[in-house]
Amino acid sequence: MSLTKLTTSALAIAALSATTAAARDQVQVAGSSTVLPYASIVAEAFGENFDFPTPVVESGGSSAGLKRFCEGVGENTIDVANASRKIKDSEVAVCAENGVTDIIEVRIGYDGIVFASDINGNTFEFTPVDWYRAVSDKVVVDGALVDNPYTTWDQVNPAFPAQPIQAYVPGTKHGTREVFEDKVILAGCEETGDFEVIKAAMGDDKKAAEKACIALRTDGKSVDIDGDYTETLARIDSNKDGIGVFGLAFYENNTDKLQVATMSGIVPSTESIATGEYPVSRPLYFYVKKAHIGVIPGLKEYAEFFVADEIAGPDGPLAEYGLVSDPELADTQGVVADEAVLGGGS
Amino acid sequence: MTDMPIENAGAAPAPRKGSLLEQDARTRKRNRAEARFKAYGILAIAMGLLMLVILLTTIVGRGTGAFQQTFLTVEVELLEEKLDKKGNRDLADIKKVSTFGYAPLMRAALEAKVAEIGFETDLKSKEMAALLSKSAAADLRNFVLENPDMIGETVEFKFLAQSRVDGYLKERVTRASIANDKNISAAQLDLVDALVAEGSLQKQFNLAFITGADASDQRPEAAGMGVSMIGSLFMMLVVLVLALPIGVAASIYLEEFAPKNWITDIIEVNIANLAAVPSIVFGILGLAVFINYMHLPNSAPLVGGLVLTLMTLPTIIISTRASLKAVPPSIRDAALGVGASKMQSVFHHVLPLAAPGILTGTIIGLAQALGETAPLLLIGMVGFIASNAPETIGEGLMSPNSAMPAQIYEWAKRADPAFYERAWGGIIILLVFLITMNAIAVMLRRRFERRW
Repeated sequence: MSLTKLTTSALAIAALSATTAAARDQVQVAGSSTVLPYASIVAEAFGENFDFPTPVVESGGSSAGLKRFCEGVGENTIDVANASRKIKDSEVAVCAENGVTDIIEVRIGYDGIVFASDINGNTFEFTPVDWYRAVSDKVVVDGALVDNPYTTWDQVNPAFPAQPIQAYVPGTKHGTREVFEDKVILAGCEETGDFEVIKAAMGDDKKAAEKACIALRTDGKSVDIDGDYTETLARIDSNKDGIGVFGLAFYENNTDKLQVATMSGIVPSTESIATGEYPVSRPLYFYVKKAHIGVIPGLKEYAEFFVADEIAGPDGPLAEYGLVSDPELADTQGVVADEAVLGGGS
Repeated sequence: MTDMPIENAGAAPAPRKGSLLEQDARTRKRNRAEARFKAYGILAIAMGLLMLVILLTTIVGRGTGAFQQTFLTVEVELLEEKLDKKGNRDLADIKKVSTFGYAPLMRAALEAKVAEIGFETDLKSKEMAALLSKSAAADLRNFVLENPDMIGETVEFKFLAQSRVDGYLKERVTRASIANDKNISAAQLDLVDALVAEGSLQKQFNLAFITGADASDQRPEAAGMGVSMIGSLFMMLVVLVLALPIGVAASIYLEEFAPKNWITDIIEVNIANLAAVPSIVFGILGLAVFINYMHLPNSAPLVGGLVLTLMTLPTIIISTRASLKAVPPSIRDAALGVGASKMQSVFHHVLPLAAPGILTGTIIGLAQALGETAPLLLIGMVGFIASNAPETIGEGLMSPNSAMPAQIYEWAKRADPAFYERAWGGIIILLVFLITMNAIAVMLRRRFERRW
């Protein structure tokens, strides 16, 4: 039968191709969706300027990327993990368990987190305290810890208009969420003095008090967005009272729809983040598997190209897109050139 | 039961009062109910059509822009001192000049252009060159690498304009909306107006959107569907090559040869259930089995095709069995009667008669697989992936690629609004594929299907 012939030949072709394409010739990257645009800009320029194929960049979030990174060594594992936070000790331990011992940590620059609302709405000048009061699960009122009673912004801070509280914050799988909790909610919690009250209520357990501080209200006034910033933008489009948490680069690409709020009196910009004036920023990293250097063609060249002055420097395309370039870029270049691994070993 | 009506017929109904032509209350009520039901039906169809019209007009309205792109024609002097300092036309030396090294040429070209049209402006040459896409330097570099003899000459190029300029010509970007935009300024838009008036900046059909590769976040104007289309094509190939023979063989056995017992009953129930399993489940299965256990490469169309094969198999089995069932038993009996074996009766008579139905089912199954995104998310086919066009069939199956729906999803996520337009444009291309496939299925059915 011609059908059977066709099937067997097709299967043979499939089997043959599976064996021929054993060696991987492009760099594979996965991780933070915040780093994704920068990584894809670099990957594209890398493919243009070198004889290596364009690296493949997937997203999925910092934690997901590091998890795949730590799965082991070999062509079926990724070479580079992008992260919008530092790798955790627990992740390093998992890595070591699976044989991924030599990890090169590369800091590419800084990213600002901004608070933005609909362009035609009210203008806000926030402080961490305002955000803590607006979205925290429990707050201290008259010395007693109660469920968050505030429903409009003017109850949080009399200087604000009487706009209903509707916050869109990144979901827990995002690296952005951690920075938001640390630098905004926890800072506000400590500044109001609520932290001490909560700590006392928790029997002086500092860790538990911190955890209680950053618990967000679940009555619908604060909504976790698990998707990307485009989803947050769509929410604000449909609910003009909404205020969302964005990356600086995303805001700068959508200035026709969003207006940005100041934080502690500072307007977020690449300059104010570079000087450290704007408080809510975080470093961005990528992690390279040293064992893959020399095995996967172009891996080291990709890492070096990423942190080269013409790419990650203050006039490079990454800074143009919204990355705050690292003042200590030369040190980072040294790290990549020497293949210096985490923990100072070798 | 059978004699009931006869008994009833004997008992005559009460004699009717009044004229036959006049409807009584009951009849009127029944007629009204019928009229109401018809109205509901028409309303339901009208609602459905309205939704379809809204959907199509939205897609076409938002997506057609992606098929047009703004291009700027400039003359670039390929300076020898920048591109080939040693002057020996050695390709290795020329390759050392990265795309950043080409930026001064673009700036000079734009400055010359502005001087040529006699436009007075305070813009610096860097801001003028910013009107061009970031991909322009790469285009120029590729041209020089292909034609090293042209170094030193002045060549006319047609470069992509950057997405904000393109948006301005498509009226997506307005002077009001760029107030806080650092990607373009009002002075640059003045220059754009002057260039449009002069004729060197214009919109035209953009073939690269259909044939090109994905581009990074900084250059939405250069992004295209082409490579992800190839990815989809390879996945469909895998699905066709695996699902069709396996599906047809399974259904022939189940329908014609298998004994009827509780085992085949369980298999039947399970196939019907599999057809209703959400596609994301197949994605997780693919991740666990094909990538983690069998160590097939991530993001490879082969893995995508295998996952979609699993998803399509039940659809093909169910439709094949239905079309085998539709072949009347008399054909089988006649074949067996003249001495054909069971297998001969199936392959010589039943299968050819059922073929149009099988093909229709397969094409509809393929169309369903073509539009599937969810399982692809899990096997790494979403991201900045569709950037290398494969060169051989083996590479096409094994090297990382995306698929059309995954590419659309990826574009819809990106920050620059210009990508949003491309996502809608991508939907148009995908719909064209789906409508074509379904039209072929309908045609096959109309032309070859036999009714008994």
